[in-house]
Amino acid sequence: MSEDRGIWVYSENKELMLELLGKGSELASKLNTRLTAAVLGHDVKEQAKELVGYGAQKVVIVDNPQLREFQVEPYLSALTQLTQQHKPELFLIGSTRRGKELAARLAARLNVGCVPDCQELNVDDQGRLLAGRIVYGGNAIVTQVFRIKPQIVTIPRRRFEKSEYKETSKGEIIDAENIQVEPSKTQVVAVKPIEVAETKIEEARVVVGGGRGLDKKEDFKILDELAQILGGQVGYTRPLAEDRKWFTEWVGLSGHAISPELYIACGISGVIQHVAGIRDSKIIVAINKDPEAPIVEMADYIVIGDLYEIVPALSVALRKLLAST
Amino acid sequence: MVRIFVCVKQAVDVSQLKVDSATRRVITLDAPKKISDFDKNALEEAIRVKEKLGGEVFSVTVGPEDAKTTLREALAMGADKAFLISDPIFENSDTLATSYILAEAIKKIGPFDLILCGEASIDSFSAQVGPRLADRLGIPLITYARKLDLEGDAVTAERSLEDCSQTMRAKTPALITVTKEINEPRIPSLMAIMKASKKEIVLWKAADANIASEKVGESGSAVQVLDILAPKMERKKIVIKGETPTESAEKLAKALVQEGVIGR
Ligand SMILES: Cc1cc2nc3c(=O)[nH]c(=O)nc-3n(C[C@H](O)[C@H](O)[C@H](O)COP(=O)(O)OP(=O)(O)OC[C@H]3O[C@@H](n4cnc5c(N)ncnc54)[C@H](O)[C@@H]3O)c2cc1C
Repeated sequence: MSEDRGIWVYSENKELMLELLGKGSELASKLNTRLTAAVLGHDVKEQAKELVGYGAQKVVIVDNPQLREFQVEPYLSALTQLTQQHKPELFLIGSTRRGKELAARLAARLNVGCVPDCQELNVDDQGRLLAGRIVYGGNAIVTQVFRIKPQIVTIPRRRFEKSEYKETSKGEIIDAENIQVEPSKTQVVAVKPIEVAETKIEEARVVVGGGRGLDKKEDFKILDELAQILGGQVGYTRPLAEDRKWFTEWVGLSGHAISPELYIACGISGVIQHVAGIRDSKIIVAINKDPEAPIVEMADYIVIGDLYEIVPALSVALRKLLAST
Repeated sequence: MVRIFVCVKQAVDVSQLKVDSATRRVITLDAPKKISDFDKNALEEAIRVKEKLGGEVFSVTVGPEDAKTTLREALAMGADKAFLISDPIFENSDTLATSYILAEAIKKIGPFDLILCGEASIDSFSAQVGPRLADRLGIPLITYARKLDLEGDAVTAERSLEDCSQTMRAKTPALITVTKEINEPRIPSLMAIMKASKKEIVLWKAADANIASEKVGESGSAVQVLDILAPKMERKKIVIKGETPTESAEKLAKALVQEGVIGR
């Protein structure tokens, strides 16, 4: 059995796995080490080949019919044994709800640390890994270092770019040996798919955000119109989903984190948990009737006034401008 | 008779944090504290199960001695007894060390049917301690429950993942982490608050729960904090004024075109 050390990546989410490979490649070249992907499942050879194309220098497969569907204990036991056999120095795991549980328990079994939901991942001049994450409800970024290895980190979706696919990439694909898969301690008795929005708000160039300043769900048509003119999408604050039940998703710390070219906050106060999700926007516009709303301190352009007047007027003005250019 | 333990963290009240604007350092030292929001949901759920099936609810906290005040609130909500595991050597414990302390304390407190935790704490939001604790105790775990049902020795919970919602079942003893959607935590009545002052808060030091000093605090932790800084927020803050909404809108539209963020 070979001890690879190096950097390992794993996510049960295929897109996220590619993003982990993207960040993993960058870190592997900085640390002058190798990048390995773990693939768990049944009949997964094709996936392994694809990962080589996306930058994995090595893929270790655990192929077992008991791993056909994701279940925590079987997956956890396989990953624990892989880690014990190959001794990676750093393990990047995808921050889905499944992945976060997996990472926390992997760290527990190995008696090591885990930094979840990393927004920043850098190497300092001493070669230490610096893991940065948002804490205190969006009020702060904490930077942490590990005292022991393996270092386990989880990474959210769309935080880092996936690497480019190269047909010519070379990598070794091997089957793991001697992995005992533990049975699941819980039973899934029912599953209902959730409808996931087809267009991803994270990918929109322009987002028009609406908050509690909108009195009725129908009033969102004025934001829809503005978004349409700008070729963008509409986003919401959490109370519109959770309290008013108008929508099922929201932008912010506990929702989607976005980084559009332009974010227009309409009737949004700018509470820190919301701002945590829009911080990386290039330009932020606030339309609010309260000159003391916190969003005013966080915006590039501010219009104080009634959104029911300003937003339609902005649509008219933009239409004119865009028609003349 | 069911026995439920609820892990309750005394968290920093993040809505009241202050930042030193010169250094961007976040001032956590004297920040007000409260029971972490989702832990209240866990407490509420435990109390509801007790009200239905009979039994007892214990809250368990690892934290400084001043956490006693927050524990009174847990007792006022309806917990029967509170355990505070507190020792100066616990300072700077990470999730590895904290879950170890909790596991040892829980083994000492005795048998249970369920342990409930919040999905994460409002201040550090790492969602680590619950899962780590379940693994240390070797019991089934269901995370992110938004509905829970205990019947005999089986617990059923509904939860939402990114792509589906699941109904999960496990045999007790089990650990469940709960989300905000599961319930609306009660606000204790004056009567309940008065009654709570007579309930017991058990205070244990490390030695009382057989906690090894080398496994806690900074030396027992796997990660170390380098710094905590407020995120940079440098914005132009240009207020656009017009005589009419139309004039304001036109000025704004021009500014946005100049920024190059609209049109192609
Ligand atoms: C743990 C936790 C996580 C959270 N996560 C998130 C999150 O991810 N995302 C999120 O959004 N929130 C989140 N929240 C909630 C957050 O704290 C705020 O409650 C929420 O963002 C406020 O939404 P809002 O701005 O729409 O409403 P409000 O704060 O009520 O603001 C409404 C604003 O509209 C303005 N207004 C009203 N009428 C008009 C009008 N006619 N024209 C112009 N302006 C008008 C008002 O002046 C006010 O500023 C979280 C909270 C907690 C505790």
